[in-house]
Amino acid sequence: MTAIIDYGAGNLFSVKNALDYLGIENIITKNADDLRNADRLILPGVGAFPDAMRMLSESGLVGVIKEEAVKKPLLGICLGMQMLFEKGYEFEETKGLGLIKGSVKLMTPKDLPIPHIGWNELVLNNSCGLLKKGGEYVYFVHSYAADCPSENVSAYCDYGMKVPALVFSGNVYGAQFHPEKSGEAGLEILKKFAAL
Amino acid sequence: MLAKRIIPCLDVRNGKVVKGVNFEGIKDVGDPVELAVEYNKQGADEIVFYDITASYEGRGVMLDVVRRTARQVFVPLCVGGGIGSVDDFREVLRAGADKVSVNSQAVKNPKLISDAAEIFGSQCVVVGIDAKRNGKGGYSVYINGGRVDMGLDLGDWVKEISERGAGEICLNSIDTDGVRGGFDIDMLNFVCERVNIPVIASGGCGKLEHFSEVFEKTNSSAALAASLFHFKELTVGEVKRHLKEHNIPAR
Repeated sequence: MTAIIDYGAGNLFSVKNALDYLGIENIITKNADDLRNADRLILPGVGAFPDAMRMLSESGLVGVIKEEAVKKPLLGICLGMQMLFEKGYEFEETKGLGLIKGSVKLMTPKDLPIPHIGWNELVLNNSCGLLKKGGEYVYFVHSYAADCPSENVSAYCDYGMKVPALVFSGNVYGAQFHPEKSGEAGLEILKKFAAL
Repeated sequence: MLAKRIIPCLDVRNGKVVKGVNFEGIKDVGDPVELAVEYNKQGADEIVFYDITASYEGRGVMLDVVRRTARQVFVPLCVGGGIGSVDDFREVLRAGADKVSVNSQAVKNPKLISDAAEIFGSQCVVVGIDAKRNGKGGYSVYINGGRVDMGLDLGDWVKEISERGAGEICLNSIDTDGVRGGFDIDMLNFVCERVNIPVIASGGCGKLEHFSEVFEKTNSSAALAASLFHFKELTVGEVKRHLKEHNIPAR
């Protein structure tokens, strides 16, 4: 069972639609016991870092997510990925979950619009459980990006700067792009996650 | 590198896809969900549903189309047509759309753009524009499917749209729409020079070369087409191959 964490800020139904389509058993939940009983967790997120962290704290799930992330695979998507890091700097400095080293900062690509919206190519940095090759185009919508050690980056994409696109540390994975909106390439990544 | 996007547009009336030429002479061409699935297989980067039903019942049918599509198509979905309030945005996004396109209602009430961008984020606010040469070297903005001239200058309008936080502009040229002589390169350059948000080219493509032309001669981020794909004259896959042959980044 894959638990999609519902804390009030997420693209929950798109993620659920994709898992349903792939025949991956899943549940949208805000119940801590569901997270403890699940085989793996997905942390979605859309919106701003401080609001989302506040909602996650108010949901009372921060502790259980940190405990379970040591034991089972966790995938953060978009803002959910950004919250895996130690700190975010959207509007104000905000503490993240601290599951991956690094912080999240406003992107500064040369002469390119922000937000970074559209299909961009994954360039492999380190192979991980979700990505072996790279070269796939996936769908991005974001203005902030992770600043983290290269060893935790599975793939970058090029948008006037190297943008960490897929990150990992132990059981914890984060996709800056939306696998649930990235066609076949995205579904493949979700399938690999469900097989971890 | 960011790929240039190819976007099939489905004009939907009472749950059926239709296509008109120059906004008139409408023909029925099929089931929207089936067509969306087919375009997704062909490699569409995004799919637009444009609701041309003006009734309350029609809106419900449209939301059902979006819901069913979102269960089997995993690329961004955009819905436009008859969106007049923040509540309309919410309803369409809840049904599974990722973006919402506003046109006439945004001209009548520009605050809708800033309100929606603030609540749902700029990334989901697309402003559609129907524009036409004004005979004095400029362009005017039209509403109600290209029937009513608002006496609004295109340059002023795109600046306002961008300042109000729209995420993208979908620019349809009434002069080239349905004519199949190519996208309106001059009008697209006029807009691309004035804003720093992605511009989607719409109206006028009739053959493969028009797609490479629009990306070689303008800074458009995406190209939208309807009848070419509906009548199976071209597939999205053929367009993508053509772009790659011209060294234009495509998925």
